[in-house]
Amino acid sequence: MTDSKPTLEIKDLIKTFSQPGGGSLTVLDVPEFSINEGEQVALIGTSGGGKTTLLHLIAGLLSADSGSIQVTGIELTKLSEQGRDRCRAAMVGYVFQTFNLLPAFTALENVQLGMAFGNRPIDAARARDLLARVGLADRANYRPKQLSVGQQQRVAIARSLAGRPQLLLADEPTANVDPASAENVLELIIDSCRDEGVSLLMVTHAMDVAERFGRVDDLASINRVLQSA
Amino acid sequence: MLSRLLWLLRIAWRNFCYRALSSFLTTLSLALGVALVVLVLAVFGIVTEAFSRNAQVGYNLVIGAPKGSAMQLTLNSVYYLSQPNENLPFTEYMEFFPAKHRAEMVRKYGGDPALGERDGVYASYIQFDEASPINFPFFALDGESVAELQAAGIMTLGDAAAHYKEHDTFADLEGVDENQSALLVDSLGLRGFAIPLALGDYLGEYRVVGTTPDFFEKLRHGPLLEERLGFRDGRPFKSHSEENGYFEAVLGIRVAKTLNLKVGDVFNSTHGDPEGDGHGHGFTVVGILEPTGTPNDRAAFVNLEGFYLQENHAKPLKEGAIVVPPTEAPVDAEGHEPLSIPAREVTAILVRNGKLMLAPGMENEINESMRAQAAAPVAQIAILMNSILGPILSALLVITLITCVVAAVGVLVAIYNSMNDRRRDIAVMRALGARRETVTGVILLESLLIAVIGAAFGWLLAHGAIYLFSGEIEDRTGVQPGIFATSAYELYVFPLVLILALLAGFLPAWSAYRTDVGSNLAA
Repeated sequence: MTDSKPTLEIKDLIKTFSQPGGGSLTVLDVPEFSINEGEQVALIGTSGGGKTTLLHLIAGLLSADSGSIQVTGIELTKLSEQGRDRCRAAMVGYVFQTFNLLPAFTALENVQLGMAFGNRPIDAARARDLLARVGLADRANYRPKQLSVGQQQRVAIARSLAGRPQLLLADEPTANVDPASAENVLELIIDSCRDEGVSLLMVTHAMDVAERFGRVDDLASINRVLQSA
Repeated sequence: MLSRLLWLLRIAWRNFCYRALSSFLTTLSLALGVALVVLVLAVFGIVTEAFSRNAQVGYNLVIGAPKGSAMQLTLNSVYYLSQPNENLPFTEYMEFFPAKHRAEMVRKYGGDPALGERDGVYASYIQFDEASPINFPFFALDGESVAELQAAGIMTLGDAAAHYKEHDTFADLEGVDENQSALLVDSLGLRGFAIPLALGDYLGEYRVVGTTPDFFEKLRHGPLLEERLGFRDGRPFKSHSEENGYFEAVLGIRVAKTLNLKVGDVFNSTHGDPEGDGHGHGFTVVGILEPTGTPNDRAAFVNLEGFYLQENHAKPLKEGAIVVPPTEAPVDAEGHEPLSIPAREVTAILVRNGKLMLAPGMENEINESMRAQAAAPVAQIAILMNSILGPILSALLVITLITCVVAAVGVLVAIYNSMNDRRRDIAVMRALGARRETVTGVILLESLLIAVIGAAFGWLLAHGAIYLFSGEIEDRTGVQPGIFATSAYELYVFPLVLILALLAGFLPAWSAYRTDVGSNLAA
């Protein structure tokens, strides 16, 4: 048990979606879940278990039906959409399964985009530094399609850290890269978060990936919907 | 704040460049639309300019034969267009002069001496008694200015006329400024004149205008009527010269350029129309006018006396006409002497009332006489503008607006069609912290970028074309369009295109605003 404050604290979170035929489907019912400052957590679960939905809720991209989500003590569920946008830009980094680099921008510009929507200045030097840290200093002016998938994911990692987030959300970041690159990507995420003091929540369905983390939670154990299924 | 805005602009610019072909074609279509609009406006501007600047010719009335409309009279005597009206007897022209000048004409040309025994019926509207002292409160002539004239020894209207003829202003006198000088000139009636025109001959496609040296001496042009007719080469023709007798000519710049005529050349005019028979006696070019941007650029001016001496130009004398031979007319080497007054006709008379307040009275008197008609060219031009060019302008403006709207719809379609491709990008930006308003702004900025680039490119394209064809335009209209000359309406095109582009960008921007982040990130 550490004395550090929780970076993420979820209580009694419920999320339901309307169904095309009418009625609603509850996909998440999380009584309690938290991540401490600097902690790195792997959340393992099968496809369709609500992993991505949980990340979207934590990022403020979706609003919860009820319950509480606190990121660094800020209650997201009480914020307007704009407030959640501000909070996400300032405190949350996001690494996607499919990298999601913007094709019109160079690697450097993609990293800078990670700072473009928050309150901090857009720092080109930091963007270059992050690219150097992920081993792509010499690819700063390359466009995504000129990079390998592994390199693209490394750019995406640099981008997710550019805005100096306090919580990094990673959604199966190794799923679309080859095994050798996956190892490299995983190492980069873990090491970079540790170096930057960023809390990390990675969702994955791969046990070998989860095993690299000190703390591994099973989504089924925190989501009552899956327990009752 | 500014750096964020620049970043949004950068994002929009990157999107613009990324879809290079689509962006290029959309921008090109907008540019062509704007170019079309600017060209349409420029053409209208040139036509309007050609008409309106020519209204500033320095005379306020045109007098012609009573048959035919005032518009026709204006068109053929101001613009040298349309067919000339019937002619007026020369005696009608003499009605604008006092007895002294009329008697002088009888002595020079020959005719009935009785003509010189009375003042012309309209002389009082134009001429003045040179001996009259300047000690009365003329309309608009303040006492202080009169005092300054008198202090300078200018006591009579004759003195004032002499001073004005020599100095071209009274502003050289102490205590008289430019404005007071202009008031004095107008109030004293020093600018009054009547200049005859005889039309009907051609030099190639250009009109030959028979007139007197007063045409170059007294007419002014330019926006403030401050410019004399300048000579690029040579001099004004004389009523009679030792070297060329009565057959001297001055060419407008366009005539000289097109027909490649220069000072010293001799030309023969044709009678009646450009394809008509050539007259036997040629005119020697003694001067080429500077460009004026008026119809004078497109005319060949010949000495009225020489014009009369061409075959078939003498009016047959009526039975019983009294013709006392001239006593002061020079006879040239070929034995020519001026046509007598009964055989002379004029097509039009350009009149400036020294005191403009007298113009309406004189116009009424002439029109009531039934012997002639008087038309105010400025009023006729206004009628022409309002009745013909006005509706054309309205139609052109509607076409312009429709063109802009079509171009804007093109922008809308192009951006909207690209929205499917970029929903993921929008979702990613949203996941990185961009607000809905931010991504909306990016789309609107992109639309504005297309508008700004398209409008600028279109403007340059249009003005490049105008510049390229400026020689041709000048040839045909007398207007010299510069590359950066703009129509007043052109100033509205740019903001109009921006507003339309913003409106066009609104639909795709709304689509961006509503983009669902979760589903598009997962896609």
